[in-house]
Amino acid sequence: MIRFRLFKDKTARLTMLGITIFSLFFLLLIGIGLFYMSLPILREKNIWTLLTSANWKPFKGEFGFLPYIISTLHVTFIAIVIALPFSLLTSIYLIEYASKRVNNFFSPIVDLLSGIPPVIYGVWGTLTIVPFISEKIAPHFVEFSTGYSVLAGGIVLSVMIIPLLISIFCEVFSAIPNEMREASLSLGATKWQTVKKIVLRKSMPGIVAAIALAVSRAFGETIAVLMVCGNIPIIPSSIFDACYPLPALIANNYGEMLSIPSYESALMMAAFLLFIIIVFFNAISRLILNRIERRYQV
Amino acid sequence: MQSTNSLQIENKDENIIADSALDSYVVNPHIRVANLNLKIGDNHILKDINLNIPPKKITCIIGPSGCGKTTLLRSFNRMHDDSPNVKITGKIFVDDENIYDENIQVIAIRKKMGLLAQRPCPLPMSIYDNVIYGPKLHGAWQRRKLYENTKHYLTEVGLWEEVKDRLKTPANQLSIGQQQRLCLARGLAVEPEIILGDEATSALDPISTKKIEELFVTLKKDYTIILVTHTLRQAKRIADYIAFMYLGKLIEFGTTEQIFNHPQKQLTKDYISGYFS
Repeated sequence: MIRFRLFKDKTARLTMLGITIFSLFFLLLIGIGLFYMSLPILREKNIWTLLTSANWKPFKGEFGFLPYIISTLHVTFIAIVIALPFSLLTSIYLIEYASKRVNNFFSPIVDLLSGIPPVIYGVWGTLTIVPFISEKIAPHFVEFSTGYSVLAGGIVLSVMIIPLLISIFCEVFSAIPNEMREASLSLGATKWQTVKKIVLRKSMPGIVAAIALAVSRAFGETIAVLMVCGNIPIIPSSIFDACYPLPALIANNYGEMLSIPSYESALMMAAFLLFIIIVFFNAISRLILNRIERRYQV
Repeated sequence: MQSTNSLQIENKDENIIADSALDSYVVNPHIRVANLNLKIGDNHILKDINLNIPPKKITCIIGPSGCGKTTLLRSFNRMHDDSPNVKITGKIFVDDENIYDENIQVIAIRKKMGLLAQRPCPLPMSIYDNVIYGPKLHGAWQRRKLYENTKHYLTEVGLWEEVKDRLKTPANQLSIGQQQRLCLARGLAVEPEIILGDEATSALDPISTKKIEELFVTLKKDYTIILVTHTLRQAKRIADYIAFMYLGKLIEFGTTEQIFNHPQKQLTKDYISGYFS
């Protein structure tokens, strides 16, 4: 009897181990697959030229990925810059200041926001943000902008990741033991001092992890960004210029015009680049996280 | 041990007429609790507490679990302010100021009292930063002075020799007993007049406990110390005065000698002799 129970125990463990390895395997499989698919163009062209050229003329056989890479980084950066203060302050308010009732009222709404399909954000961006930028904001800075721009992409993207950030930040702040706040308060700290010096400090690893997750999400977001960012393969010179992030490139073109030589392979390479960027970014944030954890000993 | 005659009856004061009788009259109390009632929701936690805490003595609050000791202690530095559903009526005077008065700044109140929690709770920073956390909050900035202060208070709690070479290391690497002494030093560094201890030794080993207890005894020449404790023996060892609470009421208050040797109330007698705990 005991032997049977032990057998079941072992089986359960091995099964779960197998499944875990399988999901890791997926990551590897996708990476290798993408690399393999982009091999033709890598054989044909110098990788350095591919990465640093701004010319994207598939018909002439010129594939420069620089505009796409820069656009992706640009839009994501703007999204994070906008979303971070918003979500950080909101979650500080919800966890540290607001009463339970306010909190109970807000959290389902935040969850709802993160559940809205991206395409709706895209439509909303096209109908409100794009004209707003074109008519109200851009004229103050540049001569002309259609509104389909890096900024529009960044704003729409930030609205999409704000709910995600808020819900993770709220988790992170709630995880901080109350005694720690009380220790600070009992020394005569105000709430704000406690938040600044204790809560934020203690939750720094969690905050970084949340940002990393949000950035990864932002890198990959396709539809909503694609609808508002203009999709012109140029290196944007200001945030009011159109841009063309990697996911948009793939989504817009894959399945069409595949008769052009090397085109499919070029798109696969775009996917591979996106994959690399995200993996690379995650690795870096992991490193930063380790550093912070060691430094603050939390 | 304090003798009974250090207690005097002060008839002038009308604010306090406690049914626990004459014992609760202390001349020039540092903290004076008058008709304090505290409710959490519909739960009546503290019922008509009247208590005078003498200055520069150790007062222990004893009583079985759930009798409201900790709640009472926390109401001294208004730690209930942020808890939802807590309703407090009555007054607590610290140096003749009602701390629940509208004009009182809660920060000023808390600066007057150092709170030592049940489990030591070092802040997520270095040992040194832990000690200067309080002073810096209140505007101290001169490095030299901060350092001198740190040295002074760490010495006062007997930690200086143990940590002077690793002031910059994270505070949570200390042993739990050291952490509690660090927390005490941190509390002292804001120059309070009163030390509140909420079962401050219950998480510690006997040796650390002994150290903390000795500290309290030395510190009472400068500070008014109020301790909530679970262990009668601890109260007997270090307390000058004892307040016995039961089910939210203050049953009896008196010198340690009185409470342990001549308790007035049957409940106190039963508790002291261990019929219930």
